[in-house]
Amino acid sequence: MEEITNLMHGFSVALTLPNLAYMLIGITLGVLIGVLPGLGGANGVAILLPLTFSMNPTSAIIMLSCIYWGALFGGAITSILFNIPGEPWSVATTFDGYPMAQQGRAAQALTTAFTSSFVGALFAVVLITFLAPLLAKFALKFGPAEMFGVQFLTFCSFVGMSKEPPMKTLAAMLLGFALAAVGMDSVTGQLRMTYGSPMLFKGFDFLIAVIGLFGIGEILLTMEEGLAFKGQSAKINPKVVWQTWKVLLTHWKTFLRATAIGCWMGITPGGATPASFMSYGMARRMSKDPESFGKGAIDGVVAPETAAHAAGTSALLPMLTLGIPGSPTAAVLLGGLLIWGLQPGPMLFVEQKDFVWGLIASMYLGNIVGLLVVLTTVPLWAAILRIPFSVIAPVIIVVCAIGAYTVHSSMFDVVMMLVFGGFGYFFKKLKYPLAPLVLALVLGDMAETNFRQSMLVSQGDLAIFWSGPLVGVLMTLSLVLLLWPLVTLLNRRLRGGKAAPGSTQ
Amino acid sequence: MPDIPEKDSAAVATRWPELLVALTLLVLALLVIVDSIRVGRGWADDGPRAGYFPFYIGVGLATVSTVLIVGQLRRWRQDQRVFVHRQEAAGVIAVAWPMVVYVALIWPLGIYVASVVLIGFFMRRHGHFAAWLCGLVAVGVPVLLFLVFERWFGVPLPKGPLEQWLGY
Repeated sequence: MEEITNLMHGFSVALTLPNLAYMLIGITLGVLIGVLPGLGGANGVAILLPLTFSMNPTSAIIMLSCIYWGALFGGAITSILFNIPGEPWSVATTFDGYPMAQQGRAAQALTTAFTSSFVGALFAVVLITFLAPLLAKFALKFGPAEMFGVQFLTFCSFVGMSKEPPMKTLAAMLLGFALAAVGMDSVTGQLRMTYGSPMLFKGFDFLIAVIGLFGIGEILLTMEEGLAFKGQSAKINPKVVWQTWKVLLTHWKTFLRATAIGCWMGITPGGATPASFMSYGMARRMSKDPESFGKGAIDGVVAPETAAHAAGTSALLPMLTLGIPGSPTAAVLLGGLLIWGLQPGPMLFVEQKDFVWGLIASMYLGNIVGLLVVLTTVPLWAAILRIPFSVIAPVIIVVCAIGAYTVHSSMFDVVMMLVFGGFGYFFKKLKYPLAPLVLALVLGDMAETNFRQSMLVSQGDLAIFWSGPLVGVLMTLSLVLLLWPLVTLLNRRLRGGKAAPGSTQ
Repeated sequence: MPDIPEKDSAAVATRWPELLVALTLLVLALLVIVDSIRVGRGWADDGPRAGYFPFYIGVGLATVSTVLIVGQLRRWRQDQRVFVHRQEAAGVIAVAWPMVVYVALIWPLGIYVASVVLIGFFMRRHGHFAAWLCGLVAVGVPVLLFLVFERWFGVPLPKGPLEQWLGY
């Protein structure tokens, strides 16, 4: 069991006093980010990333990934107590979590949510521990064509699986690629799409895009809804926790299903949000008492929370092994790796053992620390949520501006943040998905390099993508996913005759 | 602006923003295509040129945005979805313009003083807090940020005349 030895070594890396302190800071900041509207996992990590440039990479990623766990936990607090999802993946938690709180079972709902998150994450980390090294070993044999195949599959699965209209998914993704291409071409050194403006030489940084799209865009949306926080109060005591845990044991089937859905959706870039909805729907369909859903069913909290956390955690598996992030936050973490000078992908497992296994070990520890922190500090977060939005909003704007500035110490980036914020608002409202845009922006250069290298090998012949069994399967599968919306559309036309009029559902 | 009682007439229809966003994407796509052709979309001695990959991205984006534009125009009349109600739009504008002014103020004033102005203005205007509380939070938060960034992490942020006068 080489993995166990490696993991133990990882624990020895992660279990130092400074690293534990970073974990605690990360979790606390993460919960704060998860609780506040307008700050989420992806842009929270993006804003704090520049602060870690001078830290050693292992401590830095431990802190940043803990922010991510914290944000996953924090989303549940606002959903349950205030009926406001702090994060998109906790929308499904409001369906039954808030009714439970209204019935005076807030403590039980919170304990259920936190425990479910913890269980989901734990299963996903175990999966990462044993699957990641295998996948990395396998991926070592990949050439540029295979790498491009995997990246192509990632993008095509967005089109095939996303809830948003496929054309808009494609548009968002292509925009991401286009923005990624701006600036100096890494192969020839030529300037592209700058139109003579020296500001654009460096290109668009995805961190700026993330802060603008998710941070500023979200503030605009929140103002539109005119938030008034009216929440339930809650205090968790050990007795409630103990009793809830006993009840939860009888719901093991929901846990298992939700974990499976979550892990699958995390590894393929479905992400935490669809995973939580899918899991909620599945739990209701499989339930003996579907009527109780929406009125405070425990299963209705267990299912989305477990799945969201499992998805959020397992999104790091393809990020570490293939260099392909499964979620926007994983994409930001991947950007962090690049900045610290680490090349994500299979070689990471060979060259940076300390880093990889320290990170994996910190996932176990971080989630334990996270569970303890959130269980003990709920009243504090509920109090923060009672601070009016007229105070929170300008502070978040200030924090976003600082975050955008610190990336390159450039005011142009702050202006670009506003532009991306405007785009984020319109894109969100018109149902253009943001995740593919961010992923394309992060992976654009890499995908292009792989594509060009493949073309170089084959002298411009696209047949190279069907030259081997593996790359052939990847590309064929990608095309199937890409064309999937067309197939379903044709199918509906043929069978339904009159067919639904709009392309936007 | 007079208040219009019917809900729908006080709203912006979704079709306009849909069309505008798709048109913006088309313009961006054309910019990408034009410049890809400029740097060369073909093949050089040492492999594909710099415009090789972006050219196809641009073509793809142009195609997709054209499809979106045509689709939107075809169901122009049926599409009665509401993008935003006037009252909601007012909320968005109320936060959007201070944001822009704030960023513009960073140049002359530095980020800390600009933040004082933004937070103070927002709390007073939208939260109607007492002046002393606005002042306390508006000054307190930037001071805290100053300590975190300039002192503890050593990350310099844009500074203005006030910080210079104080000797930073």
